[in-house]
Amino acid sequence: MTRPGFVLEVDDRTPPLVVHEGLGFRLESFPLGTRVVYPPESLPTVPDVEAAIRDALLHPEDSAPLPELLFAGMRLTIAFDDLSLPLPSMKAPDIRGRIIEQVLTLAAEAGVDDVEIVAANALHRRMTAAELRHIVGERVFRSFYPQGLLYNFDAEDRDNLAHLGTTDHGEDIEISKRAAESDLLVYVNVNLVAMDGGHKSVGIGLASYKSLRHHHNPKTMVQSRSFMDHKKSAMHHSAWRIGRVIKDHVKVFQIETTLDNDVFPKPFDFFQKREWEWGVRDQGSMLAAKRGLAVAPQKLRHKLFHDMRSAYGLTGISAGEVEAVHEKTLERVHRQQVVEVQGQSDVLVLGVPYLGPYNVNSSMNPILATCMGLGYYFNSYRHQPVVRRGGAVILYHPLNEGFNQLHHPSYVDFYEEVLAESTDPAVIGEKYEQQFAEDEWYRHLYRTSHAYHGVHPFYMWYWAAHAMDHVDEVIWVGADRKVAARLGFRAASTLADALEMASGTVGTSPSITYLHNPPQLLADVR
Amino acid sequence: MMLALEMFRSLPRTVAGKAVGRRLPGILSGYAAPLRLVTLDPPKVDRPGWARLRTRLSGICGSDLGALSGQTSLYFSAVVSLPFVPGHEVVAELVEDCEDLPAGTRVVVDPVLTCAARGVEPCEGCASGATNRCSRITVGHLSPGLQTGFCKDTGGGWGQQLAAHRSQLHPVPEGYSDEQAILIEPMACAVHTALRAGVRENDRVLVSGAGSVGLFATFALRRLTAAGEIVVVAKHAHQREFAQEFGATEVVAPGEVLRRVRRSTGAFQVQPEFSSPYLLGGVDVAVDAVGSSQSLETALQATRAGGRVVLSGMPAPADLSAAWFRELEVVGTYASARHEPLLSGPYAGRSAFDVATELVGHDAVARLAKSVAAYPLHRWREALDHAHSAGRLGTVKVAFDPRSSQ
Repeated sequence: MTRPGFVLEVDDRTPPLVVHEGLGFRLESFPLGTRVVYPPESLPTVPDVEAAIRDALLHPEDSAPLPELLFAGMRLTIAFDDLSLPLPSMKAPDIRGRIIEQVLTLAAEAGVDDVEIVAANALHRRMTAAELRHIVGERVFRSFYPQGLLYNFDAEDRDNLAHLGTTDHGEDIEISKRAAESDLLVYVNVNLVAMDGGHKSVGIGLASYKSLRHHHNPKTMVQSRSFMDHKKSAMHHSAWRIGRVIKDHVKVFQIETTLDNDVFPKPFDFFQKREWEWGVRDQGSMLAAKRGLAVAPQKLRHKLFHDMRSAYGLTGISAGEVEAVHEKTLERVHRQQVVEVQGQSDVLVLGVPYLGPYNVNSSMNPILATCMGLGYYFNSYRHQPVVRRGGAVILYHPLNEGFNQLHHPSYVDFYEEVLAESTDPAVIGEKYEQQFAEDEWYRHLYRTSHAYHGVHPFYMWYWAAHAMDHVDEVIWVGADRKVAARLGFRAASTLADALEMASGTVGTSPSITYLHNPPQLLADVR
Repeated sequence: MMLALEMFRSLPRTVAGKAVGRRLPGILSGYAAPLRLVTLDPPKVDRPGWARLRTRLSGICGSDLGALSGQTSLYFSAVVSLPFVPGHEVVAELVEDCEDLPAGTRVVVDPVLTCAARGVEPCEGCASGATNRCSRITVGHLSPGLQTGFCKDTGGGWGQQLAAHRSQLHPVPEGYSDEQAILIEPMACAVHTALRAGVRENDRVLVSGAGSVGLFATFALRRLTAAGEIVVVAKHAHQREFAQEFGATEVVAPGEVLRRVRRSTGAFQVQPEFSSPYLLGGVDVAVDAVGSSQSLETALQATRAGGRVVLSGMPAPADLSAAWFRELEVVGTYASARHEPLLSGPYAGRSAFDVATELVGHDAVARLAKSVAAYPLHRWREALDHAHSAGRLGTVKVAFDPRSSQ
């Protein structure tokens, strides 16, 4: 039996607590009375992964078994979540590769020979061959990649997109033509958080800008309460509408997987534990890591963290009809991540670690750090935000890791040009989004290099729109002041300074909640 | 006798200037420049049409600073005569009658020493009104000298008096301050630059630099051409403000130029090895208004194939690969012409000085004129230091006021 997540109230005996801040962490002494929300420990995992996969394919939810859907002469497309999931990347073999192997085995037994495997990267960057190989495994990679049958989705390849119509809300549905014209589309997902999966997989992962712009916009983002609750998220409502239309055109066999919380491998596994339970070995590891990171050059720290691979365990797998599968998935994700929190607080404290979905093997630039803190972590709630309306969010990140010119070229222009004029998501979206989305150079880099789409920084900024709309004060501890100012925020050197700065908004004795992640947690705020 | 600053021949100082002038221009111009404060007889040219003038104000131009810090190309050594009194941006008053202009008239000087001033038959350039292309600048009744301020016989604005020919004189309208009037000559150059830029309707133009040359070029481009977007590269806050006021659509920092131009023109960008990036595509016309290698290369790198690059600042050595590879038209623009054939509309048939005089009356320029920093001659070191750092110090134009003692 694993221990559930829980809420600690800081008292005299509470030791300093770990707070992540980019390529490092600090030990922070929180004011007495601070609520600290710890994620649950990992759930028991599936003992035999191969058997669990086979069982899911043969006994799907609201669907015929996969072998019955496969027939000779058919056109089969297998799509899978790209490198933005899971975080950090999974130690080989990746669960997606193991599933794809079994699907291919069944397809071969059924005599299917028209198979293509596509990474559902939407407007994310193209993965490199090595990154694709890591996900699908050596055997699948060697069998499909050289023939061009394993590839990244290209949302700007007009000839290979299909417009399936519009929803009753007028939302365009434009997805991969190959997927749309297949007799069967098998989607292989990894659910790290409750936001993933469901109709978001095909409807977003294989969609073009024309389709994505209907829900990836400031208005929709602000109305999503939260991204982790698809029934209260305007973005998900749109994705669901789109998904249901796709369902009328394409036979989708969805395979969703859920993982445990084992994100930190040795020697960083002390991050998984609660600080007052650290043994001598944990304390030694922590000290060594902290000292080592403090003197290591940025490049080395980056390599150290980004080479990290997690030994996730599989907590479950479901296959079949999209919505039925997703219900099962959510139940498992919630069991792994939900922590009940009583009431909102005046201040929310968050540490932003080195990694988010959009900087795998890359750098966490200030826009991505904002997205990670105010987009992902702020939205890690159900029912109501952890912080009250008009409260303050205090985040930890240096905000200075620079822009990766290979992966994030449009981010530089967004930062230098767009944010210099306004930080209001609605204003910048109105004025600049289309220009960036239709910029030929960004299109070229997205299609032929490894760059995120030109519009991507806007989406990252919109991701934080709900938080920016909800709170009155955003303060970054340890951040570069100039960068914070460009983003429209303030910077402080210490937590005490940040609380002092926020006192005009939340008073001198605010209630404080610290979400102690990663690993991922979902605050169920009552 | 009169007080004047005199530039003299000094091999050690010129060599020193060439060696370190680019890195330490302030120190050189202040303490090691081939310049001295001297007492001289007022210059006098005993020829018809010449008269003496008493300087009221005389600007310090980038070309003056280049000469003093040894950065100017030796190309020009054949068309100057040392020692000379610098200063070609001059507002002065006539000490004596000059043909139709009575003594006391306040004038600005068109510095080019043309055939008319030299008393020789008009060359092809002068005959056609392209007086800035005069081919006789080393002959006639005067010592060699392309302009007043580079000729030992005429004196220059950095002295209490100078001599000028009637063909060079343009009366200053009533109501103009001396500070406004001193901007007429650089504005005339800007008028000529704007016309040489060959801007077509809605062309995208880049002006690299927002010192006086860049700002006036922006102003002239906006008023005399049908340019669409004008992007101005400015380093300092006051330059950004003026650039916007003078007609820039966008003002960008030097480090942002390529990015901004790339995005606004939909260009592609490439990154050569061990070198700075450049655009495939870009603006239709780029004006280098600085004269540094970096600025010129920025202009070359940001201009589309077949576009035009205008050398408004005195050019520095630069990589001209782009001019070859992208088939750029690289055109120079020097001083201004008596007759500017490309002027159209209400300005058609007028001289650059005439148009400039009108443009300087604009409110935005009048506001800029208020920031002109004037120094007496004996504080020349401070003045040159100020001029070298004008952008950083929030000044657009530094000048000498030979009448002042403090």
